[in-house]
Formats: sequence, C-alpha cells, structure tokens
Amino acid sequence: MALEALDDLYREVILDHFKNPRHHEPLTVHDVEEEGFNPLCGDQLFVQLKIEQGVIQDIASWGKGCSISQASASILTEILKGKKIEAVERDIQFFKDVMNRRSDLDQQDMGDLEALVGVRNFPVRIKCALLGWTTVEAALKQFKQVEGGRCKKIQS
Amino acid sequence: MDMKEIKKDFPILDQSIRGHRLVYLDSAATTQKPKIVIEAIQRYYETMNANIHRGVYHLSEISTLAYEETRKKVAAFLGAKDARSIVFTRNATEAINLVAQSWGGKHVGEGDEILLTEMEHHSNIVPWQLLAQKKGAILKYVSVQSNGTLDLNSIDSLISERTKIFAFTHVSNVLGTMNPVKALVEKAHERGVLVLVDGAQGAAHLPVDVSDLGCDFYAFSAHKMLGPTGVGGLYGKLDLLEEMPPMLGGGEMILEVHKEYSTWKSSPEKFEAGTPNIADVIAFSKAIDYLKKITMEVVHQHEKELTQYALARLMELEDFTLYGLKDAQHRAGVISFNYANIHPHDLGTLLDHQGIAIRTGHHCAQLLMRTLQVPATARVSFYIYNTKEDVDAFMLALIKAKEYFNRGTRSAR
Repeated sequence: MALEALDDLYREVILDHFKNPRHHEPLTVHDVEEEGFNPLCGDQLFVQLKIEQGVIQDIASWGKGCSISQASASILTEILKGKKIEAVERDIQFFKDVMNRRSDLDQQDMGDLEALVGVRNFPVRIKCALLGWTTVEAALKQFKQVEGGRCKKIQS
Repeated sequence: MDMKEIKKDFPILDQSIRGHRLVYLDSAATTQKPKIVIEAIQRYYETMNANIHRGVYHLSEISTLAYEETRKKVAAFLGAKDARSIVFTRNATEAINLVAQSWGGKHVGEGDEILLTEMEHHSNIVPWQLLAQKKGAILKYVSVQSNGTLDLNSIDSLISERTKIFAFTHVSNVLGTMNPVKALVEKAHERGVLVLVDGAQGAAHLPVDVSDLGCDFYAFSAHKMLGPTGVGGLYGKLDLLEEMPPMLGGGEMILEVHKEYSTWKSSPEKFEAGTPNIADVIAFSKAIDYLKKITMEVVHQHEKELTQYALARLMELEDFTLYGLKDAQHRAGVISFNYANIHPHDLGTLLDHQGIAIRTGHHCAQLLMRTLQVPATARVSFYIYNTKEDVDAFMLALIKAKEYFNRGTRSAR
C-alpha cells in the first residue's frame, strides 16, 4: 500500500483550505472569541464570531496545527457564516455525528465539508477535524452566558 | 556482537504495517520487548503465580524470591549499594510523585523553593506543582539555551537558601540532551540542596551508577528499557527513604495495625502497599539480563552511531529543522525535528503509511515547546534493535512524504 491510500484523508479540497485558509484574519469587531486546543498534538485554534440578531454576521478562525485541524476550521467558516445560531448548533451536532459515524452526510448538503468525511477512517485524526467545531460550540456557549447573549462589541 | 541479530529477538518487529516492513522509531515513548521478557510473563503465571511476602507455601516462596531477586538485580544495574534503596512503582512518574508527596510533603514548606528545568517531561513538573500549590512553595526553572542545553551558569543564582530540591532529567526526551548529572549534583549538594534525577530516558540508554553520580533520588521506568509496562522504580538514598512517610497505606507495608494508628515497615516495603505488579517485576529482571549481556556501553555506542548516521543524512535535506545539539557525541538517540512545513501530525500519518512509527506532538514537554517556539515537533528515537537500514527507510519515507504532501492539484475526487 502506498501513500495513495491517504488520498481519502488528504483530499485536494483539504490541502487547498490548509494552504489557503479562508476567513483567516481577525475581525475588526467581534462579539466573542474562543481558543481551542488539542492536547494530543498541540494544535491551537482561535475563533471569533460577530453575531447580530441571532445570526453569525462574520466569523474568523486562525491558528497553528495540522492540515486536518486547520482545513476543517477554514471550511467551517464558509459553512457557518450567515447562519442563525440554532442552525449553527445543528450543523455542529451533525458534524460530530458524522465524525462519530452516527449520521450520514446524504441527509444534508455540506459543501466542502464532504471532503472531511474521509477523516473518519483515521480515528486518531478525528479530534483534529473536530477542533474548529468544538471551539465554535464553546464560543456560542460563552456568548450566551455573557449578559444573556447581549454581548458588548469588542474591538480587536 | 552483531546488532543485526538483535532484531530477531523482538517478535513484534517481524511484521508488515500497511504492506511495509515495520520500522519502529519511537523507543523513547516505549521500547519493544524481547522474547525472553514476554515468555517470562507467561512462565510466571503458568508456574509460580502466588502473592508475595505472605504465603508459607512453595509458590509464594518462589515468587517472593524472584521478586526480591529483581530488586537486587535492579540495584546492581543502577549501582545502588543496597537493594532496600530500590522501591518498585508503576513507572517513573509514580516514583517522582512518591518523592514529591512523601519527601516533599515532609520537608517543603511555605516560601521554600523547588528548582526544575524547562526541558522536563510533564511528569517532572506537575508533581512538584501539586506540592507547591499545597504548601505555598515556589517553583523555579533553569532555562534551555538555543542549542538545546541547560543554562548551567544560571544555576548558582537560581539556588537560594530556600531551595530544597533540584529535580532534572538525565536525558531530554525531546532534544536528546544528556545533562551533566554529576556536576549538577555537586553544585546542588554544595548548597545543601537535594537532587532527584528523572532517569526515564537515562537508565535505558546509558551506563548509570547512582552511587557515583551522587544523586539522592533516581526515577526509572521498566517499559522504556525492554521491560513490561506497569513497572518502574525509585532509587533513593537509604537514610532519606527511611525517614520518609509512606505515600499509600494498605496491606504488606505495615508492622502493626491498631484502631487509631499503625506502624509500618522500613524501606522498601513501606512504599509498596498492596499486591504489587509481581509478574511484570519478575519479567523485568529478564530485560536487565538482556541489557547486561549487551552491556550499556554497547547500547549507548550503537545509538550514538545511528544518531550520527541519521543526523548526517538529515542535515543534507532542504527544509529540515533540527532541535538540539548537532553533534551526536553529546546527545542520546533522540532526534526532534520539523520538515518541509509539514505539520508533525501530518508527517506522522504520512510515515505511518510507509510502515514507519514516529512520535509527533509536544512529547509531554509543553514548557520546552514554548522555549523552542514551536507547537509540536516530529521525533525519532533509536534503541538496540534499530539499524542503519531503518534510518535509510525513514529517510526515503520523509522524501516521499514531502512529494506527496506538496503534490500538484489533481482533479477533485
């Protein structure tokens, strides 16, 4: 078996997002910022959200880590931007279910995220793929806790 | 001795991983086990299993004898003069925790200082943090210089009248740096400071004589030196062990139990409450036999040659970053690096698919990662069963990994 066996993990889309991450610059104004950390490999990720009337108006993520963690975070910014918090929460749960083989992507079109499905065949890397999503999850939790969701805008 | 023959003693190495010959380059995490160790575990359960120090019957007698013979063997292997100065634990981590909780609990108070280094494994940091938090003690750290060695000149000023103990690693599990234990012990003892050496990467790879080194405590792990997992130990100077309170209470460590209090045995039984890991301790003695037959001088020399060979080839690569000393003379068989802007975690996967097992990540040394200003590194580490062919296979795999990871855009799948 040669390295081509890894094509399912390192799809072009993933390498593209890794090398050219989207929404990579910190926002000028954000409502909430969260740091995610994967102690297995030392991956580090920051997520910022700008939320208005329950909608993710803008999102940014950046950090240091392996291609899977960074690509997944880049992909999620494209998927989650412009969505309502409830929809984002559903997406997060759905993605977790997909990674843990409790669901299947057929039910929902998730664009580039489909490229991450191959990660399921590499169990030790699933945590890498989930890092961005659990960080957004934590950011939303924080957002809801602060002033019951009425967060003050923070200038970066 | 023909080092190539050694590989045959390790059944696990005779297999393919994903169609490639297994090349195991993660012995700093845990070593593979020779057949005699594996067989010893089975033989123990088939012929001598009984609880030790308790029964008056034959099986208990022979298992007790074998267990205590291992203690003597470990003592001799490490240069300890008295077998009672060897305490069996689960691993080096537990040995360090034992000193921190028992000795530290008794002797470290508010405002006292504990000196560590930035190159420590978490197992030689966190136990001291727990102690410091409990007692209000202060942790200080010897810094690591850009060449991967400790800033030895700073030690005199880091030791104060309040310093109680200096705990440092014999060999860095990330950089392979071999610390000058004897000189550091002398420096500390001049100032009345005790020394604990984390020998997890030391005793496995270098000749160690704790009496000559003069350290007060030396922690080691059997699984990093061909032995089974679940066994480690602490060497301690006998007078120190004798005045230390037990960490765990229970069976076998007591003399008399009363309703309100108990009295306990002396070292080492005092520190070995409950039924210990008898089978694996006894099997560990076979690992020591094996190493003694090769001799630790040859083990060290072999690793040095492999490291020299690997470093010379690696330094020819483009985009290769080495952490630590470039000179194999002064480092153990551990090489940490980054390559071709491929994250270590990705590199680990890419090598795994070519049959090569390496470690990636922070190596339980986050302080050191911060000093090196990297989130993670890739690491290869050698042992007696590794060969130049292993290094060659690793080199080839590195180059293939780079080609693959930087491949041009193909049509989407």
